[in-house]
Amino acid sequence: MLEVKDLHARVGEKNILHGVSLRVRPGELAVLLGPNGSGKSSLVRTIAGDPRYEIVSGQILLDGADITGLSPDERARQGLFLAFQSPPEIDGVTLATLLLKAAGRERDVRAFSELAKLAQRVGLDPSYLSRPLNVGFSGGERKRSELLQAIFLDRKYLLLDEIDSGVDIAGVRLIAQIVEDLRGAGKGILLISHNPNILNYLTVDRVYLLKDGAVVRSGDGSILQDVISEGFHD
Amino acid sequence: MIDEALVRQISEEHGEPEWMLRLRLNALHLYERMEEPKWLRGVDGLNLEDLVLYNGPKLHATSWDDLPEDVRRIYERLSLPEYEKEYLAGLATSLDSETVYSNVLDSLREKGVILEPMDVAVREHSDLVRKYFSRIFPMAEHRYAAQHYALWSGGVFVYVPPGVKLNLPIEAFFYISTELEGQFEHSLIVADRASEVHFIEGCSAPLFRNFSFHNGAVEIYAHENAYVKFTTVQNWSKNVINFNNKRAIAERGAFIEWVEGSIGAKTSIVYPSVVLRGEGAKTTMNVFSIAHGPYVKDGGAKIFHVAPNTRSTVVSKGISSDGGVNIYRGLIRILRGAKNAVSHVSCDSLLLDDRSEASTYPHAQVDEPTAVFTHEATTFRFSEDQLFYLQSRGLNEDEAKGLAVLGFIQDILRDLPLEYASVLREVLNADFSKGVG
Repeated sequence: MLEVKDLHARVGEKNILHGVSLRVRPGELAVLLGPNGSGKSSLVRTIAGDPRYEIVSGQILLDGADITGLSPDERARQGLFLAFQSPPEIDGVTLATLLLKAAGRERDVRAFSELAKLAQRVGLDPSYLSRPLNVGFSGGERKRSELLQAIFLDRKYLLLDEIDSGVDIAGVRLIAQIVEDLRGAGKGILLISHNPNILNYLTVDRVYLLKDGAVVRSGDGSILQDVISEGFHD
Repeated sequence: MIDEALVRQISEEHGEPEWMLRLRLNALHLYERMEEPKWLRGVDGLNLEDLVLYNGPKLHATSWDDLPEDVRRIYERLSLPEYEKEYLAGLATSLDSETVYSNVLDSLREKGVILEPMDVAVREHSDLVRKYFSRIFPMAEHRYAAQHYALWSGGVFVYVPPGVKLNLPIEAFFYISTELEGQFEHSLIVADRASEVHFIEGCSAPLFRNFSFHNGAVEIYAHENAYVKFTTVQNWSKNVINFNNKRAIAERGAFIEWVEGSIGAKTSIVYPSVVLRGEGAKTTMNVFSIAHGPYVKDGGAKIFHVAPNTRSTVVSKGISSDGGVNIYRGLIRILRGAKNAVSHVSCDSLLLDDRSEASTYPHAQVDEPTAVFTHEATTFRFSEDQLFYLQSRGLNEDEAKGLAVLGFIQDILRDLPLEYASVLREVLNADFSKGVG
């Protein structure tokens, strides 16, 4: 289980998270909703170990192990994956190079063809595997690349930050299907979305509503429509 | 102590002809008269008087088995014997001040190819050597060039006769094995008309407590329509001060392809230069340097366009991390009369963190109105977000930076001989994964 306990975090002097607690179990899909600036991305970045966010107090546990003080790569290897809302461009490093190295499969001859199949599955032309990371990728292509990485690296807990933004309707449906498949494969998923659209295709187990860096409402999937219709946009 | 007695001793021990002794003494007088160059950075505290300036093992072998056990072991550890068998047309290695091993394939010797230790060549091919020695890189260029010519020992001489094309490279390998040492090897490569040769220079030294001073020189002469590829990657240990004087002259239609890599050394000061002397001569120069840790890399390329229709391309890639400093100092000089000369320089810097520095001082002096000179410079910063992104995929900080570095210089890696590129990749991986600095 991914467990966040009373997490306080700040950037410089500015407090961003004011005591956030949440849980994601394996095979569970939790949704994190909240208005712009409520701290959703900050929360998942803090969980993943972004050094810009300083944890003031609280704990992050992964299957009972405290990962609060670990570096981002140590957290990743413990089973965490963050799909970035805005993945950065990295010239000179191709998607395939990164993934083969990260998975320790640089000398594995089958790994590349696996990647090519995964690319097709997420709707990304396999030629993108040999292109520098995110350079010249459209918004939607970046999201598909993030999803591909989530599948390939096979971490147990996935933090998906707006994995559907910038994607067309057919793409949203495809992404929702893949998210469901990942959950079916036992992944614990925390999904951030601004777009109620994708939620229509998903069976949500848990809902967290975030405002001003704190969880103001949480419950099981039955409160989802409620939260959406109340409008979490402010 | 650098004085006439030392210079005479070096000359005498090598049984040099009179002209070489005179050349050394002239250089010594210049060295004594010239002022310290003002553009030097990172050599403070360098006390040359403390260095053992000449340390010749006084042996020379043409077979690995002839070498003493301890010397042979050094080269075996570097896998040079295997490497020679598989990839090279010839190999010369230099230990401390002297060349201790040199060999060239029999088939090439029959065609008149010469690969000899420089001191042997000075004796046995005196007239041939004399035609070029110090004529390409003048001793009056600066004080350390003069010092080099006064004290040089070791290095190799390569001569490729007209029309002979070597399809395997020749490698020279330089190794500093004792502490407190100056190394002043001099290599001279002469490619006669329409010949082809690829010369690889490798450098290494184990880590000593104190620093060593390396002040070598490479002179290259490409006659009409000759092709010379010169590849060097220096990986001196982090207490070597590396100073190198390198120049090539290209006659009509000749092509000089140059790859100059600088990974190791405490301070490295190297500006390879090419003089495009004949019509239609061209050069491409790829320079890359890595300043990883509290080290200074001062490098760049100098190209002189003297004749019409000459072309040059310079690509410089500098990487700075952990407080490293990279300085690019380039010069493109296009003389009046070098009609339709074309030169393009691009300088890319990669900064892996905020503590590191990169400066570029490109300088062009174009006196020919029909010439075209273009220059571009780009600085890439490896941002916190890029690092976090790669780390969130499971790469540790050093692996992430190593990947960024390899990506940054991939065009140059592609241009290196395959086996060399893979060695370099391993060196870079080891360098960054150890977190040196």
